Amino acid sequence: MAPSANRRSGHSRRAQYSTFFGYIAGVAGALVGAIVLSVSIFDPAAFAALRGVASDASLPAGRATASGRASGQDLFTTIGGYFAAGSQNATLRRELAEAKVRLVEAEALRTENLRLKALLGLAQEDPRPVVVTRLTGSTASSTRRFATIAAGSARGVAVGMPVRSPLGLVGRVLEVSAASARVLLITDSESVVPVRRASDGLPGFAQGRSDGTLQIRLINLGVNPLKPRDVFVTSGSGGLYRPGTAVAMVTKVTRDGAVARMLSDPTASEFVSVEAIWAQEAAPLAASSEGAGEPGATRTGTRRP
Amino acid sequence: MTSLRWPRGGSDQFRKRINRAPSPFIARGLPWLSIMLASLVPGWLVIASAPVMPPLGFLVLVAWRQLRPGLLPVWAGLPLGLFDDLYSGQPLGSAVLLWSLAMIVLEVIEARFPWRNIIVEWLVAAALILAYILLCLAIANAVGGSSPIQVIVPQTIVAILVYPLIARMVGGLDRARLIPFRDIG
Repeated sequence: MAPSANRRSGHSRRAQYSTFFGYIAGVAGALVGAIVLSVSIFDPAAFAALRGVASDASLPAGRATASGRASGQDLFTTIGGYFAAGSQNATLRRELAEAKVRLVEAEALRTENLRLKALLGLAQEDPRPVVVTRLTGSTASSTRRFATIAAGSARGVAVGMPVRSPLGLVGRVLEVSAASARVLLITDSESVVPVRRASDGLPGFAQGRSDGTLQIRLINLGVNPLKPRDVFVTSGSGGLYRPGTAVAMVTKVTRDGAVARMLSDPTASEFVSVEAIWAQEAAPLAASSEGAGEPGATRTGTRRP
Repeated sequence: MTSLRWPRGGSDQFRKRINRAPSPFIARGLPWLSIMLASLVPGWLVIASAPVMPPLGFLVLVAWRQLRPGLLPVWAGLPLGLFDDLYSGQPLGSAVLLWSLAMIVLEVIEARFPWRNIIVEWLVAAALILAYILLCLAIANAVGGSSPIQVIVPQTIVAILVYPLIARMVGGLDRARLIPFRDIG
């Protein structure tokens, strides 16, 4: 295809000037971009307020697509279900049999736990979420893994709060604006979660690899004791994440740790709950200094005996 | 007007065009609006735990630029990139810089190779997409991430393969852009 004739400025001085200033403006745009970029490299939180306003503005559309996304997901899983029905049925039966045994064991553990806690005089803590909300968007085309939730500082969300779905940990709140908040997913390469193996409490760290999996690094070096299908939960060390939240399951053992799959796939979880920041000494501190501390940490539940 | 009316839903294309003109707002603004929408859409479609969606905003920008050179000014990368940065998760300024550079590069390529066909345009777009995704990874890693390079492979392949489809859709939008529906009687 030949270039269109109207792109040539010809002898018109005005057209020549406007083309020339167009180029100047283009180069200036690139320079502005470079300057803004260097500012955000040296101070990543510099434009958080601007991003907050933008995500608040797009929130209604995000809410609408969130429900659409959930039903779309259902459609695809329904279609896919027909293809995998037979083998899935067999697997589920086997897992159900295993789960029944585990359930009895867990019940026994729970009663023992209650008894021991009663001995120690600890009150049963009720981890009530700060807010239950929707995931309204994510950065699906960037290598950074952020998501947006439809609740902000107006509903009590604060920076650092862990976000979880019924299946496990999703991430933590990174930036908060009035009506929405930006969540750093645990699969982001900047996210590090202290974890322990659910079976024996083997401590380690889970770092995101930004491809939906996590790299498990153990604190004790030496013989790698990990096996596929090992489940890791948050350990609570360092605060922030409440201990015992499911994080990931090992899929491949590497030389110095393992690659694990995130248990709560955020694609499947439409609703997430934002929890209060967990800190081991939060309850006595808040009780002594002031009544209004963190809502989850100060509340001691009385519903369970 | 008169009581004499043409049958509804008729295929009389010319009758609809008489006394009508395209809305100047849509004729000039649809490229901008479609690029901004394309910047937003990848975030809505899926809550991804890996970079799976192609950078749709950039693809639509390149498609408009290749289909209608001169419709978007050279400096269009500044405002559109800024809008994309607000939602893409990249550090602010990354798309402003890269989109502006892409517009300048496309301008240079157009001056250098005035005769083009679909293969050449696809190759140019593929090279731009590859460079864009690689530089986005480099910028994201400079700010705090440490993503390995194999993370972007599926996204790059999808983006390059989906580009002709995007260009086709932009072609459709370009037809809609100039539909004369405004009554100038």
